[in-house]
Amino acid sequence: MKAELQSAVTKMLTGIQGFDEITDGGLPRGRTTLVMGGPGCGKTIFALQTLVNGARRAKEASIFVAFEESTRQIVANAATFGWDLPALEKRKLFFLDARLSPEVVQAGEFDLIGMLKVLQAKVEEIQATRIVFDGIDVLLALLDNPVSERREVYRIRDWLLETGLTGLITQKVGGTDADQRYGFLQFMVDCAIVLRHQVVDGSAFRSLRVVKYRGSGFSGDEFPITLTTEGLQLTHRGPAELTYEVTDERISTGLPRLDNMLRGGYHRGSNVLISGAPGTAKSTLAGLFAAAACERGERTLYVSFDEGAAQIVRNLQSVGIRLGPHQKSGLLKIFSTRTRGPNIEDQFGELRTQIRAHNPRCLVIDPLSALSAKLAHLASADAAQQFLDFLKVQGITVVNTSLMDGLNTDEATATGISTIADTWIHVSYIVHDGERNRALTIVKSRGTGHSNQVRELTLSNEGVTLTDVFIAQGKVLMGVARWEWEQEQQAATKRIQVATELKRLQLHLAQAEAAARLQVVQTEMEARSAEMEVLADATGSASMLVTTDREVLRKMRHADKEVRVAKRGQSKGVVPGNGDSRVL
Amino acid sequence: MVAARAPEGGGALQLRLYVAGQAPNSLRAIANVKAICDEHFAAAHDLEIVDLLEHPGRGLADGIIVTPTLLKLLPLPIRRVIGSLSDTEQVRLALTGT
Repeated sequence: MKAELQSAVTKMLTGIQGFDEITDGGLPRGRTTLVMGGPGCGKTIFALQTLVNGARRAKEASIFVAFEESTRQIVANAATFGWDLPALEKRKLFFLDARLSPEVVQAGEFDLIGMLKVLQAKVEEIQATRIVFDGIDVLLALLDNPVSERREVYRIRDWLLETGLTGLITQKVGGTDADQRYGFLQFMVDCAIVLRHQVVDGSAFRSLRVVKYRGSGFSGDEFPITLTTEGLQLTHRGPAELTYEVTDERISTGLPRLDNMLRGGYHRGSNVLISGAPGTAKSTLAGLFAAAACERGERTLYVSFDEGAAQIVRNLQSVGIRLGPHQKSGLLKIFSTRTRGPNIEDQFGELRTQIRAHNPRCLVIDPLSALSAKLAHLASADAAQQFLDFLKVQGITVVNTSLMDGLNTDEATATGISTIADTWIHVSYIVHDGERNRALTIVKSRGTGHSNQVRELTLSNEGVTLTDVFIAQGKVLMGVARWEWEQEQQAATKRIQVATELKRLQLHLAQAEAAARLQVVQTEMEARSAEMEVLADATGSASMLVTTDREVLRKMRHADKEVRVAKRGQSKGVVPGNGDSRVL
Repeated sequence: MVAARAPEGGGALQLRLYVAGQAPNSLRAIANVKAICDEHFAAAHDLEIVDLLEHPGRGLADGIIVTPTLLKLLPLPIRRVIGSLSDTEQVRLALTGT
């Protein structure tokens, strides 16, 4: 026992999100911790959760001594947390109903020796390592004597040290005289925690503060706490320096054209804000993102503060986005909720619980402004920022929608979301020529050379499309105006096409004519050359004929002289004749 | 240590006193309950004294939180008196009252 007192503090994890971090490992093991707070601060929950987590995670058995509430009441109250107390009660968790009913007659002084003896037997039986004395103030009030009170409390403390149990004592505070009277409790214990429940600007806030921790460093700040379906959580402010991994990986927005505008899509792990007036298809863009994530096989959580899951699926189906199959396969979880109460911390706490349960890579919050409506004061904006930081650290890509009419509304600045959003897309209505058309602009996108052009967003049962808008005569053309413009453009193009075709045909004709003329000329030439040949032939045969004819004629004439002449010109002595025959 | 005193012909009043060894309150309670019984219920009473240091399991069964605790088991209804039983008038009323 002495040796244990001298040794360094060993710690016992409470399993309470955030608390183990701020105390650097949880509660002091083998020592006593006092949990103080007014009614409804979560003292009992804090204590019970420590036991439940011990039983579930560390397989440590525990005893819960209830001075104020019946154990049945405690089990019933804890049913909302999904801890399955009845199952734990059988093996790892023993409840002792230590209430003294009002019918009990008090006749003289009493002590807790008997109870501690009973508990000792139980501790040995179930090998318990943790014990809670819940509502010690009730017991102290019964003792009604400062000397006895002190004596019995020290008796418990000594008993805890002897048994080596890790003890948690909860004490209701509030009345000032009682606080002073029981002030010795704080000096007695090794660790003291104060829980608070206060109302700031009409919003309820729960907080936790470690006021004392012997032999250990701790953060003495007041931390907001939230009650979620998993129990109590601390909103840990996290490291002051923002360090998380960043990637260059791009993931699809679900709309190819938008991907192009963002040079490939959203950055993995970034947070995206889609703002716009009601009905500007913010949810549709969020739905596209969710569907694309599921198509890639990534776990996705869709948080809606507006509509039920079935309605979301049906509405998105109408524009060709199919979420139903992903929901069935378990890849997609749609969590529909109403904003509960005024405590923003609770809201973000609940979201954190949902995220831990589903473990998504992609997240949609539709709309974030449902939460930001509660962001009346700085603490809430802080909560929103912390939540987004938490997502960053987890590497979760989140698409938030936000109801916003203009770009610079107070809402955007109040939440600070617009400043911490990595990518901000704004969808607005442009009214022109009696039409309302949706115009999409990328207001900012960190680390991305994005398109700064306005695009028209159109929805149909075939799907969602982004179209170029036209600027003509200084006006942005959308809807019918754009259609007319396009028609006009098409007609103009058509006219040019027709004209070109006409010209082409004309030229073709001219070419054909030229070719035809060429053919004629060629034919003519051929005819001419043939003629020439014929002519040449005819000339040759004609001259031969002439000679032959002359021969024949000479023979016929027997003309000497003429023959001589002819002989002289033709061939000597060819024609036998008389001796003086000579050619002429 | 079980110190029982069950005179013949008893049964009308059945008592059980839980104590914690030699603790001052417990010793006082034993003395006080005996005195009260002798004075007011001498004719018919059955008193069982249970020491929780030796029989902690019995305390659990009876839902004993503090010591000393006196249980009036019979006649019904069951009554519970805590403390050293120094206030004898309170104890007598609790044991006789319905």
